[in-house]
Amino acid sequence: MPLASQMFRLILAAAALWLVSPASAQTVNYDKSRISCVSRQMNVPVEAVFRKFTAQIAFDPAHAESGKASIEIDVGSFDLDNAEANDEARGKPWFDARNFPKATFVSTSVKALGGGRFEARGPLTIKGKTFEMVTPFTYRDAPGGGIIDGSFSVKRLQYNIGDGVWKDTDTVADEVLIRYQLALSRPQTPAKK
Amino acid sequence: MNTPNSVAHRYTNTAVFLHWVIFAMIACGFALAVYMTDLPFSPLKLKYYSWHKWIGVSIFLLVLVRIAWRCTHAAPPLPPAMSERQRRAASASHVLLYLLIVVIPLSGWLYSSSAGVPTVYLGLVQLPDLLARDKSLAELLKTVHGALNYSMLALVAIHAAAAVRHHFVDRDDVLSRMLPFVKLRKNK
Repeated sequence: MPLASQMFRLILAAAALWLVSPASAQTVNYDKSRISCVSRQMNVPVEAVFRKFTAQIAFDPAHAESGKASIEIDVGSFDLDNAEANDEARGKPWFDARNFPKATFVSTSVKALGGGRFEARGPLTIKGKTFEMVTPFTYRDAPGGGIIDGSFSVKRLQYNIGDGVWKDTDTVADEVLIRYQLALSRPQTPAKK
Repeated sequence: MNTPNSVAHRYTNTAVFLHWVIFAMIACGFALAVYMTDLPFSPLKLKYYSWHKWIGVSIFLLVLVRIAWRCTHAAPPLPPAMSERQRRAASASHVLLYLLIVVIPLSGWLYSSSAGVPTVYLGLVQLPDLLARDKSLAELLKTVHGALNYSMLALVAIHAAAAVRHHFVDRDDVLSRMLPFVKLRKNK
């Protein structure tokens, strides 16, 4: 891995730690949270889940703009319910999980769009490549806290995901939908400044 | 073929056409399945799986047309020389073949649904998923889909052997009346 990208990751990680201080982060209920991706093969939508990820989130719908999120996905936990496809996805042409075990997103801004809808923005890193990403999401109250629900599209080839013979987008489309649902504990009262 | 007498002794052209088109599609779908399942994971393999499903959906649609045609156009009578047991065996195997041609595409569709892969006919029309994703159910349906297919293979072999026997041993018109462009023997 090039040194620059390693340093970039370190800076990102440091930024994430600084942005999301433990005091304001809410507990994520992983049993009720889910991150998945829907790809299209021969125009057939197929959903795979990421079984392992960690998320540090501080979000209060009443103070959306102070919301912060840092998410780290273990790309090797990609699960399509098919051993053959899972092995393929972990391999070099796809996620190359050995060299790039994590995909990360760190929010740089969050804003309210009105009507229970919000928008987060920030760099998304997959397979060592980073691009700015914008995702709309909703928040609803749930017993003991709230649930964030959102989705956005990425172009897999931008991240070199599905290299070599898989570059042909007639079989697997370039556009991949990332869906997430995050169950959070109740937001804590924002720290007074 | 033009004598009024022979007309009722042949299947209609539509029935003959549907019989052979469905046969050809089943043969292609079956051969493709045997070939594609052992391929290493690749774009080609995904393509073949989609084509296999398109063939299955096409067969299902065509067999519905065929059953409707059969219900409205009686099959020509069996040769008088056939015994009651032979007639019953012929009728049972035909019913069973129709049943398998209907059930096999359905089992494939259900297998695909339970495996979490919807079927998109010709890459255009997404069929509804009747079953939710369920890995153990998918494994079971995979086995069922395969077993039904090998049962059909055995039944098709018997069906073809019977037709050949009728033609060369009994020397009747049972095979000829389902063959396009073949003249019937002189009717007794």
